[in-house]
Amino acid sequence: MKRFTTALVALTMVALGAIGQTLINGGGATFPYPMYSKWFNDYKAKKGVQINYQSKGSGFGVQQITAGTVDFGASDYALTDEQLKEFRDKRGMDVLEFPTVLGAAVPAYNIPGVTATLNFTPEALAGIYLGRITKWNDPELVKANAGVNLPNKDIVVVHRAEGSGTTFIWVDYLCKVNKEWETKVGRGGSVNWPVGLSSQGNEGVAGQILQTPNSLGYVELTYAIQNKMRYGNVKNAAGEFVQASLASVTAAAAVAAKNMPEDFRVSITNAPGKGVYPISSFTWLLVPEKISDPAKKKVITDFLTWMLKDGQTMTEALSFAQLPKEVVAKEVKAIAKIK
Amino acid sequence: MKLSLRRKAINAVMLALTGVCTALAVGLLFFILGYLFVQGGFSLNWNFFTKLPVPVGETGGGMANALVGSAKVLLLATCLGVPIGFLAGVYLAEYAGGAYASVIRFITDLLNGVPSIVIGIFVYTLLVVRTGFTTYAGGIALAIMMIPISLRSTEEFLRSVPTALREGAMALGATKSRTIATVVVPAAIRGLISGMMLNLARVAGETAPLLFTAFGNQFWSPGWAQPTATLPAMIYAYAVSPYPDWHRQAWAAGFVLLTLVLLVNITARSIVASGSSHKSR
Amino acid sequence: MASSATTVQEIRPPGRISFVGRVLSGDNLAQTVAFICATLILVVTAALVFELWIHSAISREKFGFHFLFTSTWDPVAGNFGALPFVYGTVMTSALALLIAVPFGVGAAIFLAELAPPKLSDGMTFLIELLAAVPSVIIGLIGFLVLVPMLSVVVPAIKDLFGDHPPFFFSGPFYGVSIFSAGVVLSVMVAPFIISVSREVLLAVPKDLREAALALGATRWETTWQVVVPDARRGIMGSIFLALARALGETMAVTMVIGNTPKISASLLAPGNSMASVIASQFTEAVGNLYLSSLIEVGLVLFALTIVLNGAARLLILATGDKGASR
Repeated sequence: MKRFTTALVALTMVALGAIGQTLINGGGATFPYPMYSKWFNDYKAKKGVQINYQSKGSGFGVQQITAGTVDFGASDYALTDEQLKEFRDKRGMDVLEFPTVLGAAVPAYNIPGVTATLNFTPEALAGIYLGRITKWNDPELVKANAGVNLPNKDIVVVHRAEGSGTTFIWVDYLCKVNKEWETKVGRGGSVNWPVGLSSQGNEGVAGQILQTPNSLGYVELTYAIQNKMRYGNVKNAAGEFVQASLASVTAAAAVAAKNMPEDFRVSITNAPGKGVYPISSFTWLLVPEKISDPAKKKVITDFLTWMLKDGQTMTEALSFAQLPKEVVAKEVKAIAKIK
Repeated sequence: MKLSLRRKAINAVMLALTGVCTALAVGLLFFILGYLFVQGGFSLNWNFFTKLPVPVGETGGGMANALVGSAKVLLLATCLGVPIGFLAGVYLAEYAGGAYASVIRFITDLLNGVPSIVIGIFVYTLLVVRTGFTTYAGGIALAIMMIPISLRSTEEFLRSVPTALREGAMALGATKSRTIATVVVPAAIRGLISGMMLNLARVAGETAPLLFTAFGNQFWSPGWAQPTATLPAMIYAYAVSPYPDWHRQAWAAGFVLLTLVLLVNITARSIVASGSSHKSR
Repeated sequence: MASSATTVQEIRPPGRISFVGRVLSGDNLAQTVAFICATLILVVTAALVFELWIHSAISREKFGFHFLFTSTWDPVAGNFGALPFVYGTVMTSALALLIAVPFGVGAAIFLAELAPPKLSDGMTFLIELLAAVPSVIIGLIGFLVLVPMLSVVVPAIKDLFGDHPPFFFSGPFYGVSIFSAGVVLSVMVAPFIISVSREVLLAVPKDLREAALALGATRWETTWQVVVPDARRGIMGSIFLALARALGETMAVTMVIGNTPKISASLLAPGNSMASVIASQFTEAVGNLYLSSLIEVGLVLFALTIVLNGAARLLILATGDKGASR
């Protein structure tokens, strides 16, 4: 018993002894998690600073930064005016949003026997998620996929349960291309889905799709690639079927980059132009305007600076597109806003 | 009176069925253990115990920080929950009587029945929104779960000590508190330790309250005021993910957790069983 | 309240010391500390109820009692109702009991009546270990083993029924569903039913059995028509205990239920329970109304637990000391 106690005390000392490294805590979007986990790991190796990031969903990032339980949040959707106001009311200051990378939400599917890359029209995606299109061999899908043997099976729709930025990107797109979706369901991090089943995080949706035959769900491009999932092309505003890629995602941000507002709040879904992947998005880090602890403030501003320079060179290896140069320049200036 | 064939047949069939039910129940345990062992046991490698998690999609990571994190949270929970429950149990068994004791017992049962997720909400709204996610919030949440069981088990085991021992001590001039400390508690010590171990085994596997309090951490968690990874929370996160390496680690973690829980459980029961003056289980 | 010990050192005049005086004297320091700890439990529980109450104020004021009967869960429109989750909790628990009670009582009968004592003790020990398996591990196996397995087995059984499957089993099956959650829950509650029922059956006096056998009943008839009815209140108590556990079960259910806030007649559809919706959406709920609604769900769950607890206690009171032990 005595030795046990001694061991425990020693363990505690070891645990306590790891003090000395500034630990910043943040959480939020699962969309950019592959990138963030790599960044924060490398940042620790290079600079010795521990930035703890947990992937829970953009809703977590928004809610917890507003509540003040984390040092920074992450979200795939820019805060709405109402959410900005709530932050101001609760914390007495503003929240700053810093875009980090560009990513895409892709329609990933698991149809036994179908290895082709399917084409999805906006009507098809909206119809499936509204529950109007229930079978894989529905005329709307067959029309766009000549030559593919789509089975007469029910489509198992997968989506997210919790507040999610990936959801927001997806439904934001559906709102823009489908009036019925806009009136019936609307846009938000968490919506009242007409059909389908929910999973937790991009990870959960990817896992669910892999486990469920004849399923369709939306995941961030990196998840689809890392898990060798099949994902389809989506018809963009210019009428082309485009696959999500570094090029098509970068193209989606081209217009917005030139007219980027000061608070960096934009939506680039269904962007006009050729070669554009229509379900693309920026993703943001949410940082409070004033950080009282000077050590923490230094860590965050240093990281943001690093992220905008060295961090951007690491994105393509993980299938995220770099930020446009104009946006980077604007952000570097914006870091000074953090007091 | 000769038994009709029908009645004999029913007899045989139904009794056999009950045997099948039992075999199923026992078989389930072996299935769970066996499956975890096969899937997880072979995944246990040195990395698992010594390395930190690696970035998404890479392999070779481990759960070292989760093991330590769980140990810290459970240590705090035990240091808080057991003494409070113990002292309250002492109060109910030795001092109190009548209405107040009944009230306490009733409320304790109520607290015992509260789902662990609701306790998570409580600690979140009370503590976490003011302090952020911390290890000690997780410890407090688990401590709240340990208190009712600690109280009940203490009361039960203290009551089972014969009054004669108490009276003997008092007759020799000991004060009440002295009697309790030096006579009653040592007489019940086996049961008390066993109860504490069973309690610990129960909360060791609790995940829900930790989701809202200890949060998670891919690095080592220094001290007590930072979020920490814990074994059950990692199992949950990795299990629903799509990465085979994470699944493998979830099995391994599940195996470690279950082995520890069962070992503590079996030890606790054998302490009581080998003790002389106790009704079993 | 307590009797202060009279020792050879101190002889106190009876009834003259004030409460504070007693509290401050040495021996009663121990009592005071113990008293504080006991009271602390009251304080914590009161604080729990208080926190749940005030943090759900926004949604309580907005929805009133309709909250319990509304089945919409629409964060965009700000319209929340707890009915899908109450439904999910009730259905999964009912299904769990439906599966666990026959198996559990059956096993208890075997262990109490048929098995030789050593075998019975040994097997009961193992079954009680099953109760110690953490929820997240049952969820792990449930999600990675049971759900894929059911995805194959259930459609195959459904095909046997052709175009007219039984009502509760209509519609497509995706693996994660209320049915899967019910199965997983039954694994978790069965040990309680077995353990407690076995003890209650063992407590039935031997004379009853012997009388029945002497009258010519078979072993089974004795058990089923004499012993079990005599123990029935205790068995009911064990069912209450199992139900109480099932209501609050979170992790295993969350991992296999499908997280869909909808009510479907079919058990094969995905659903949500009160505990699982909190676990999956709480920290990501953006907006005060959304968060308040989730906390209100927690409040409803808490209230349900109290009601069940109360009912179980009434049952125990009504049966004297034959009810469920803890």
